[in-house]
Amino acid sequence: MFSKILIANRGEIACRVIRTARRMGIKTVAVYSDADADALHVRESDEAVRIGPAASAESYLRIDRMIEACRQTGAEAVHPGYGFLSEKAAFAEALAAAGIVFIGPPPAAIAAMGDKIESKKLAHAAGVSTVPGHLGVIPDAETALRIAREIGYPVMVKASAGGGGKGMRIARTDGELREGFRSAANEARSSFADDRVFLEKYIEEPRHIEIQVLGDAHGNVIHLGERECSIQRRHQKVFEEAPSPFLDEATRAAMGAQAVALAKAVGYRSAGTVEFIVDRERNFYFLEMNTRLQVEHPVTEWVTGLDLVELMIRIAAGERLPLRQEDVRLSGWAIEARVYAEDPVRGFLPSIGRLTRYLPPTGDDIRVDTGIYEGAEITVHYDPMIAKLVTRGASREAATRRMAEALDAFCIRGLSHNLGFLAAVLGKERFRRGALSTNFIAEEFPGGYAGATLSDEAKRNLIAVAAAVRRRLAERESRISGQVSTQAPSIGAQWVVVSGAEQHAVMVEPAAGGYQVTAGGAATQHVALDWRPGEPILRARIDGVLSVFQIDGDGVGFRLAHAGAAMTVRVLRPAAAALLAHMPVKEAPDLSRFLLSPMPGLLVGIAVKEGQEVKAGEELATVEAMKMENVLRAERDGRVAKIRARAGDSLAVDDIILEFA
Amino acid sequence: MQEILQQLEEKRAAARAGGGARRVAAQHGKGKLTARERLDVLLDEGSFEEWDMFVEHRSADFGMADQKIPGDGVVTGHGTINGRLVFVFSQDFTVFGGSLSEAHAEKICKIMDQATQVGAPVIGLNDSGGARIQEGVASLAGYAEVFQRNVLASGVVPQISLIMGPCAGGAVYSPAMTDFIFMVKDSSYMFVTGPEVVKTVTHETVTQEELGGAVTHTTRSGVADLAFENDIEALLQLRRFIDFLPASNRAAPPTRPTEDDPERVEASLDTLVPANPNRPYDMKELILKIVDEGDFFELQPEYARNIITGFARMEGSTVGIVANQPLVLAGCLDIDSAKKAARFVRFCDCFNIPILTFVDVPGFLPGTAQEYGGIIKHGAKLLFAFAEATVPKVTVITRKAYGGAYDVMSSKHLRGDVNYAWPSAEIAVMGPKGAVEIIFRGDLGDPAKIEARTEEYRQKFANPFVAGSRGFIDDVIRPRSTRRRICRALAMLRQKKLDNPWKKHDNIPL
Repeated sequence: MFSKILIANRGEIACRVIRTARRMGIKTVAVYSDADADALHVRESDEAVRIGPAASAESYLRIDRMIEACRQTGAEAVHPGYGFLSEKAAFAEALAAAGIVFIGPPPAAIAAMGDKIESKKLAHAAGVSTVPGHLGVIPDAETALRIAREIGYPVMVKASAGGGGKGMRIARTDGELREGFRSAANEARSSFADDRVFLEKYIEEPRHIEIQVLGDAHGNVIHLGERECSIQRRHQKVFEEAPSPFLDEATRAAMGAQAVALAKAVGYRSAGTVEFIVDRERNFYFLEMNTRLQVEHPVTEWVTGLDLVELMIRIAAGERLPLRQEDVRLSGWAIEARVYAEDPVRGFLPSIGRLTRYLPPTGDDIRVDTGIYEGAEITVHYDPMIAKLVTRGASREAATRRMAEALDAFCIRGLSHNLGFLAAVLGKERFRRGALSTNFIAEEFPGGYAGATLSDEAKRNLIAVAAAVRRRLAERESRISGQVSTQAPSIGAQWVVVSGAEQHAVMVEPAAGGYQVTAGGAATQHVALDWRPGEPILRARIDGVLSVFQIDGDGVGFRLAHAGAAMTVRVLRPAAAALLAHMPVKEAPDLSRFLLSPMPGLLVGIAVKEGQEVKAGEELATVEAMKMENVLRAERDGRVAKIRARAGDSLAVDDIILEFA
Repeated sequence: MQEILQQLEEKRAAARAGGGARRVAAQHGKGKLTARERLDVLLDEGSFEEWDMFVEHRSADFGMADQKIPGDGVVTGHGTINGRLVFVFSQDFTVFGGSLSEAHAEKICKIMDQATQVGAPVIGLNDSGGARIQEGVASLAGYAEVFQRNVLASGVVPQISLIMGPCAGGAVYSPAMTDFIFMVKDSSYMFVTGPEVVKTVTHETVTQEELGGAVTHTTRSGVADLAFENDIEALLQLRRFIDFLPASNRAAPPTRPTEDDPERVEASLDTLVPANPNRPYDMKELILKIVDEGDFFELQPEYARNIITGFARMEGSTVGIVANQPLVLAGCLDIDSAKKAARFVRFCDCFNIPILTFVDVPGFLPGTAQEYGGIIKHGAKLLFAFAEATVPKVTVITRKAYGGAYDVMSSKHLRGDVNYAWPSAEIAVMGPKGAVEIIFRGDLGDPAKIEARTEEYRQKFANPFVAGSRGFIDDVIRPRSTRRRICRALAMLRQKKLDNPWKKHDNIPL
């Protein structure tokens, strides 16, 4: 076994590999760019080597620097994680040449699976079902048209070198195909400097289901069942689970067998993933093979009880697989949610900044793989993933319930994140039913995500909690020093929970271990709070059932969030609540027409002119804050009516930069 | 007896009716509460003891003899906020437009006199059209009586003004002399001369809101401390505010029980100050993480944002916080920030509130605007205020403490009791670059030399240890343990006694 390995990666995956290596008694070397000097993976490793400036191309993608770092530290092997150099055959080759073990597949397997067209041909030859289509490079639109008619519409035009949804077009008619062919080729050229495209059948109601395979250097290959990753946003996975709620035993076995056959055909070694697309009839077609550890590997680890990183290391050290196919046991259910620094209500624009509060949930059946800590910073340089939140249970329902609780208890402050969005996805009835498809998000959030709404029961609970919190604060206020009377002021039982135009009269009285709350004519609820003022997470047992809330506020008004939905409430005495009717209703100024500065900073430049039409995602202006340039982009299509600030202006938060028509 | 009781009830009913249903409806129509409704929201339920309900004006001119409404346009008395005594007056716009008559002024003076004697805050809810013109000079005399009491009560009991309607002309000077001014957005305004006069004299066209609205006074003029959305919001926040204030200069700051652990460690503070000394960070994060429960009542948040002032609690007891804000103007001191902080420091010193100061100040803001505006004298106010303060003073230098601004910011030399520095602190005459350009002027043509000198200076002076070696700071503390160290310092200082030499009063550079 190796005595020291280097992890050629950063963030959560570097930390995750370090964890296993440490358990195995292997010393670890982290590498870091200037932007990551204080990163968690640097803190957790035994040694750390600086490999260059922030830009990935100058650091985490530099093969020479990785090898130099190995030499410098005496690392015998390298775990590449995912992304960066993990699927670069040249990296595996360079390591081999330097006499360093690559903890991954042989370079030939990486190269074979790295090309979309080549990999399809190989798969086809190995007896793996592939999507009907034309695997050759298509020279022109007319050829594309002929092939499309052979396959039958709808068809998909895809860039040969593509990924992340770039260079992909769906065509249902000849006209759409011509257009799709042209634009996919253009996009492929600009994104990958490679304009080769190919055609395949477009699958309706597709599910993304992948098989985890594992091979050793002795020709043994097994599979560890599947993961369903159908819930995606712009081809980025959001939720992953194992097993899939869709597969039956026969399909699982058939997919597994094909995945193993493919792995054998390419002489695969280490952990890999064969991705399939599955249609509504459970027909499955090979998509591609990822020759690395997947982001979502924890769900497989939890249903198999295996440590994939450990197995990768052992395989790389020449050990035999410790188990045969028939030894693989799948039990229970595991779900993973990817927590991102992004703003779901602003078209998922990535957000950056300092995590002023970061309290990941803890407890049984909760696993958080994270590469950051409270006070760390999410920068523009790398992937904006904050953490992977994984839960498990005996059943899918139990794992889902645990996930809901964990999301409620996950506290992130300082930047925008997608926790509310994740909770909203989880709350969808269709999710509970397991009726997934890669169109799930587009279909369930047709107008985009604008926040979740509370169920009636959740709202009732939230009102009860708000009332109990206010009562708790009132009791404390009544114990302030310096009172004139020897008698502390009495705390009334009658309160009104106000949220916007809604008022809910409640009666709150102390009861054993908490409060009795009666709202309107409804049944009395017993509310026990596990919370101290000032804490962002509030656990309430409502009639004995635990609900987790997040709470922010100054005691006069507060915001309670639960299950992706939030309510701003104020709990008033009845006399004050009655007077609310006289308060003017103020129209909030319509700020959607304006581009506002999201942070205090210097306006470096404006990329548009008055009168210009802009598309969603287009660059509008650049604000430099904290010595970093932040590009502000259009949230939707529109026309620039008036520019209200000039380059060089010093902006405060919410200062208007420009106005849309 | 029965008859008298009946008469009493009738009189009370008449007083409570204020200006009558029509005027009350008009008041509500403007989104404003009546004088009594406001007190209902402000005070503990059932705690209000009203005085002078039957006072009427004594004017006979211009038909006033026939127009008498008991109470004469102001409701006065005392009550409690969370059980603590406060004196209040609440002007009633439905009665003669809340205008101030001689009798109206006498009612206000009466509660102010009593408040000063018993040592309890005075809260004024202002909603008045101004002087009772029919009373002429008697009304002006009334104002002056109030002004005189504002001055005598200043520093004896806290005085808070909540402007909930018009407040124009001479009337502004009573709130102006109180300790804090809060305003309600869209329904209150304060100015010495109104838009019509402004138009005649200076030909400027300006609305009431632009000239003296809540936004104007909390962002531009700095006259007001806070602006609230509506009456109820303002009154509830005022209740919250009173919980922070001592009853008088004879009382200790109030304590409210807390479960927040004084030993609480905040590991993330270790990374608050960025590695790059020119990068800003949000000082408010530090404040929110070290005070009890993250509960910080900030004053003037939108004015002179380069300095932060406000109240919080440590171990349940009120502290005043002054902090440079590196996010705005790099945290430089300028005219507005010096005035803002100086007034706050003096309030704390009047009322025995310990002062916590967080320092990251690269110096005073340069420029003709500042010099012509009198930064010398205005900057001196803050220096003066910190220097004369005898309350417990605890200071933490997080990063830059350069030049004269270092001295100003509650330094050891100004009788700072406990002065700590974070490891990132740079206590020096100026930053490394500026210093090297002066000391090694001769090397300016040689960038390599300058760089080497700069590095040398950085090593030597851009750290807390030089100051530490002189005892100018008491310890270098880990950012994560800031709360614990401050709590201990404040606990140690609880019985601090320090007196300035006897004087009639000082002569702060106004």
